[in-house]
Amino acid sequence: MSNFSLEQLNGRLESYIKSSSEFRGETTYFVAPAKIVEILKILKEEFGFTYLVDLTAVDFLGIKTPRFEIVYYLHRFGEEYDENIRVRIKAQITEENAAIDSVTSIWIGADWLEREVFDMFGIVFKGHPDLRRILMPEDYDEYPLRKDFDVRNREPSKKSFQKALREGGY
Amino acid sequence: MGINAAPTAGGEGFLTTTVNSVANWGRKNSLWPMPFGTACCAIEMMGALASRFDLSRFGAEVARFSPRQADLMIVSGTITYKMASVCRKIYEQMPEPKWVIAMGSCTCGGGPFDSYAVVQGIDEFLPVDVYIGGCPPRPEALIDAVIKIQKKIDIEGAPIV
Repeated sequence: MSNFSLEQLNGRLESYIKSSSEFRGETTYFVAPAKIVEILKILKEEFGFTYLVDLTAVDFLGIKTPRFEIVYYLHRFGEEYDENIRVRIKAQITEENAAIDSVTSIWIGADWLEREVFDMFGIVFKGHPDLRRILMPEDYDEYPLRKDFDVRNREPSKKSFQKALREGGY
Repeated sequence: MGINAAPTAGGEGFLTTTVNSVANWGRKNSLWPMPFGTACCAIEMMGALASRFDLSRFGAEVARFSPRQADLMIVSGTITYKMASVCRKIYEQMPEPKWVIAMGSCTCGGGPFDSYAVVQGIDEFLPVDVYIGGCPPRPEALIDAVIKIQKKIDIEGAPIV
């Protein structure tokens, strides 16, 4: 694995990659959401991207369609400093079908990251072992990081708080 | 001091007063804080309790993390709605009489966090006695608040339960 190169990676993933871009030495691949588990498995097992740095989402409401992008940051630990490589994988999903396969089968550490994305954006991760809200109260009924949510709207929080008071807190 | 509220000199070695005055004199000079620290203000609170500022000079150094042994709640830090019910529950677990200090801008009015999750002032769900502004306030400000609580106990007192 020490003779790793991005060209090799591009060749192997050619059929999966929809488009790619380069910015200041960072490589981004756009891929099909249906194939996400397959792609990340290849990256981990064949190319040594063993570390899922972060998993997050972006809401592009009113900017572009499809509305959501799920972002995976992967890191490859090389033997030498300059062999440390990071790639960014993006999968676009629509508002109507805001769901994607969970990658917890590859990295168990994706558990809470996916729960946070679910909590903030309402994106469902199919196959996740325990998809509950992680930051907001369990009975909260909004997705606060969606662009159509007013960040100053405290009414849903107040509702959960009043309910918690009635039921004796957490 | 409360003990001098209505003293009557009765010769050497004794004086008369009221039970309330003696009780409040004891209460104000041995406040037991319940530190409810959720953010950076809690660091200043720790500073106030530690040797440099030494809150024990005012009799309030025994910070207890059990609400059942405390009579002064110092809420220091941002309170979210999810935390608010916990905060309220801990307040209710404290025995009477009890007092509350809202320490810092966040507890007084939400501070910089005008957001969906943050309570805009803990007086939304707690009866606050003294507010301290600042982000975070200096330990001296907390000491000042404790002295204000002491004065409040002295003037208003608390009923003998």
